[in-house]
Amino acid sequence: MMDRLGTGRLGRFLVGLPPYAWLALFFLVPFLIVLKISLSEPSAGAPPYLPLWDWDETGALAFHLTLGNYATLFGDELYAFAYLNSIRIAGIATLGCLLIGYPAAYAIARAPTAWRQSLLLLVALPFWTSFLIRVYAWIGILKSEGMLNALLLWLGVISEPLQILQTDLAVIIGMTYSYLPFMVLPLYANLEKMDLTLLEAAADLGCRPFKAFVAVTLPLSMPGIVAGSLLVFIPAVGEFVIPDLLGGPDTLMIGKVLWAEFFDNRDWPVASAVAIAMLVLLVAPIMIIQNARTKAEEAGK
Amino acid sequence: MASQTTAAPWNDPGAKPLIRFEGVSKRFGDFVAVDQVDLAIHKGEFFSLLGASGCGKTTLLRMLAGFETPTEGRIFIDGVDMSAVPPYERPVNMMFQSYALFPHMTVEANIAFGLKQDRLPQPVITDRTKAVLDLVQMGKFATRKPHQLSGGQRQRVALARALAKEPKVLLLDEPLGALDKKLREATQLELVNIQDRVGVTFVMVTHDQEEAMTMSSRIGVMNSGRIAQVGTPVDIYEYPESRFVADFIGAANMFEASVRQSGTDQVVVNCPELAHDLIIAHNDMLPEGTPVTVMVRPEKVAISRDKPAEGLNWAQGVVADIAYLGDVSIFHVRLESGHRIEALQTNLRHTDERKLTWEDPVYLSWHPANALVLTK
Ligand SMILES: Nc1ncnc2c1ncn2[C@@H]1O[C@H](COP(=O)(O)OP(=O)(O)OP(=O)(O)O)[C@@H](O)[C@H]1O
Ligand SMILES: [Mg+2]
Repeated sequence: MMDRLGTGRLGRFLVGLPPYAWLALFFLVPFLIVLKISLSEPSAGAPPYLPLWDWDETGALAFHLTLGNYATLFGDELYAFAYLNSIRIAGIATLGCLLIGYPAAYAIARAPTAWRQSLLLLVALPFWTSFLIRVYAWIGILKSEGMLNALLLWLGVISEPLQILQTDLAVIIGMTYSYLPFMVLPLYANLEKMDLTLLEAAADLGCRPFKAFVAVTLPLSMPGIVAGSLLVFIPAVGEFVIPDLLGGPDTLMIGKVLWAEFFDNRDWPVASAVAIAMLVLLVAPIMIIQNARTKAEEAGK
Repeated sequence: MASQTTAAPWNDPGAKPLIRFEGVSKRFGDFVAVDQVDLAIHKGEFFSLLGASGCGKTTLLRMLAGFETPTEGRIFIDGVDMSAVPPYERPVNMMFQSYALFPHMTVEANIAFGLKQDRLPQPVITDRTKAVLDLVQMGKFATRKPHQLSGGQRQRVALARALAKEPKVLLLDEPLGALDKKLREATQLELVNIQDRVGVTFVMVTHDQEEAMTMSSRIGVMNSGRIAQVGTPVDIYEYPESRFVADFIGAANMFEASVRQSGTDQVVVNCPELAHDLIIAHNDMLPEGTPVTVMVRPEKVAISRDKPAEGLNWAQGVVADIAYLGDVSIFHVRLESGHRIEALQTNLRHTDERKLTWEDPVYLSWHPANALVLTK
């Protein structure tokens, strides 16, 4: 009995090991390295930061920890502005994804079974083309003499080309487009497993289809909405490529700031501090709220 | 247990039925799930649809609720053609086989849901919710969510939710399917009591014939999409109109036979399985030579060591098998022809010195009035 229990525990441990090892190796270790750099002082050499500790002339161990990089973040309102703007743009893009993704996921989940796989494949199809190429394609669509303006001019909706490229709007469009599958897939998974007799029950109790959607389908799909929104929002906040290619010089986003600190200023410690701050200020609260929500739900069960 | 005290409106040709099916068929592609059903159900009835799995009971019920559209025919509720009436406007409520309780709402909210759709004032909703919860004895659980309830409790909430709107008709699709035997019997009783109290017309689907017999005012027996027979439990059991119904309901001994002589109140048939002719009470004249089936229920067959009295139908054989069920024993008697007849005997004594045992030669007998001649 003990023996079986023992191997059971060992087995469970061994099975659990790879994911944890993976997380430790590719998430925790890089995070610690970044954390370490963010606490170092910048230097002109290579690497462009001083070691956290060394031996001074007397041979004693000396630490060179500094919070100066974080102080910089709080000292210059550029950073705060970039954070807030990132959250705003990512938030709007998330909303855009939800508004387009929910009906799409709903339509796929309610389509005849034979079609669903093909429709899902269509959602995932863009992944077969490089992300960069797809974002470049949006430049072609959105620029002044691009396809969108040409179409609108031809339709007579506008008389002057619109300046969309190099604005926040272009960034929002690009993000909504790029992250849409991350919204559709979890929503589909949720809507597809919904028990349709619940809608029959609602109708039976005198509820019209639209009201039944609001009263039954929508609340039951909340976990899907939350999962999809997080999958879109979190990477969108730190997004660099889309604002860089589609946004203008005044589209201030934290990803761009980070890039500028890292490559233009070669200030690795401040760049690291930006990254850590983003993680702590944004991702950590979301994780904690999510965790609490899940726990509350489980306690409710 | 069943509401046998109620009058029998189905025997009154002038009575207007509450529910009427007129030539209703439902096809899924080429498959005929419901075939030319004509049916009238009256106000206050406890009507059961009984039949083997896949015979179209649920489909019939779903057409009544409005979830399926008949391919042919029309359904009337209270004289109104339901063809163009969507489910949310029909005066029926359904208790789903899976209960279909809203998992994100409390018991209370589930029950109030239907009342809210009618835009009733909040105090009325609160009162009625409380009243039906008390009716099904679930008042204590008002603030729980469905996943915090046992199967039996969920089933009561589902019943309460369907009852709350005081529909003209309550549809129940195998309402007790998920319950164990004890709880099932208790709930059957409870359902019948509730029906007596609220006076709603119940239409229940089941494939448990005992359940249908104990609860119903009338039973509709279905066979591959068709209604084979409609009648009171007694009619269905004692006077089945076809071989299918006789065989489906309860146990039955059946013999193939042909008519030898037909009178005004009885018929003499020749049965190749038996050594001599049988005399059976029958009101219709049957031409000589008509192939018929003779049916006699096991409890109507007496088993004895001695030759039975004159005037009874009888057969001779040996005991091939005995199934002891406690209250009764079922004897399987093998005739000379090899045909087997079941006879049921109540075990009246603790021990019986003259107890029959395997291979004992015995006589079987039954009264002419206790057997039936089936022509369908
Ligand atoms: N949507 C559908 N599409 C195709 N065939 C269907 C559909 N719904 C039911 N059927 C078929 O119609 C027949 C009758 O189904 P129904 O659900 O009415 O049976 P039932 O009498 O309720 O059976 P059970 O006792 O097993 O619940 C079955 O053979 C079933 O396969
Ligand atoms: Mg069914």
